[in-house]
Amino acid sequence: MFGDYAGFIVPAYVISALVLASLIVWLWLQHRARLRDLDELERSGARRRSAMKGER
Amino acid sequence: MSDAAAPSASRLWDLANPTRFLNLAARLIPILAVATIAAFAAGLYMGLRAPEDYQQGSTVLIMFIHVPAAWLAMMCYSLMAVSALGTLVWRHPLADVSVRAAAPLGAAFTFLALVTGSLWGKPMWGTWWVWDARLTSVLVLLIIYLGIIALARAIEEPSTAARSVAVVTLVGFINIPIIKFSVDWWNTLHQPASVSRLAPPAMDAVFLYPLLVMSAAYTLFFFTCHLMAMRNEILRRRVRTMRIQAAAGGSAADVR
Repeated sequence: MFGDYAGFIVPAYVISALVLASLIVWLWLQHRARLRDLDELERSGARRRSAMKGER
Repeated sequence: MSDAAAPSASRLWDLANPTRFLNLAARLIPILAVATIAAFAAGLYMGLRAPEDYQQGSTVLIMFIHVPAAWLAMMCYSLMAVSALGTLVWRHPLADVSVRAAAPLGAAFTFLALVTGSLWGKPMWGTWWVWDARLTSVLVLLIIYLGIIALARAIEEPSTAARSVAVVTLVGFINIPIIKFSVDWWNTLHQPASVSRLAPPAMDAVFLYPLLVMSAAYTLFFFTCHLMAMRNEILRRRVRTMRIQAAAGGSAADVR
């Protein structure tokens, strides 16, 4: 399909796809980890400042 | 400030509330993600159907991913510079969040611009790399991005880290016009601007339209990722604050 230049075109597209996909996966895993941290903290009794202010 | 500008400035400050920003991000991210997928599908469809260039043959296909990556590398840094001003001048609470969230994305786009440029350069120029002004200044941009990421992680105290990162970001912004005009100021192997110039684009529509659609796809991808990264950074700060409060409460109880 790409003739003699397939050896340059295909790696360029594959590397781009891998880097962009890795960004999305990395951000999604980070989000899950932060939500898990928050959940663990709340279950251990820690509360957010705004929640504590609301109780006063 | 004019009366018309006042409400938009007020809305910008409304977003300084992290909870309000998280709610907005939760609504916008799915919309941006769908738009990104649609733009990528259209751009790839148009790009892969483009004819071979009379000089570059099928390697012109690399342009559809190299040029948007290079544009985004510079646009991301410009956004970081504006956010850095937001940290230093207006002290907007989300400005530093924006800088920190954008830096890894900018590094990724700069890396892609360098790699795809190298894969395009070898068949066209006969070399993977030359130390000319355009390529070297883009490599410097990657190093600046990595430096900012390292600096942000090295300083523990948040406000000191924010100010340091903002100052370094603004100093590094000098590299953006150097990248842009390097092909005009010096003799480089890299070609001069074909699209973003004062004259009409020096490119046939059959290549220009797929390039513009792919650029829109990369831009939408960037803003999707930036919102996701800002959301993560806000949550990271929330976790950090809660851990500090929990530790302070625990030690106070121990003392009692």
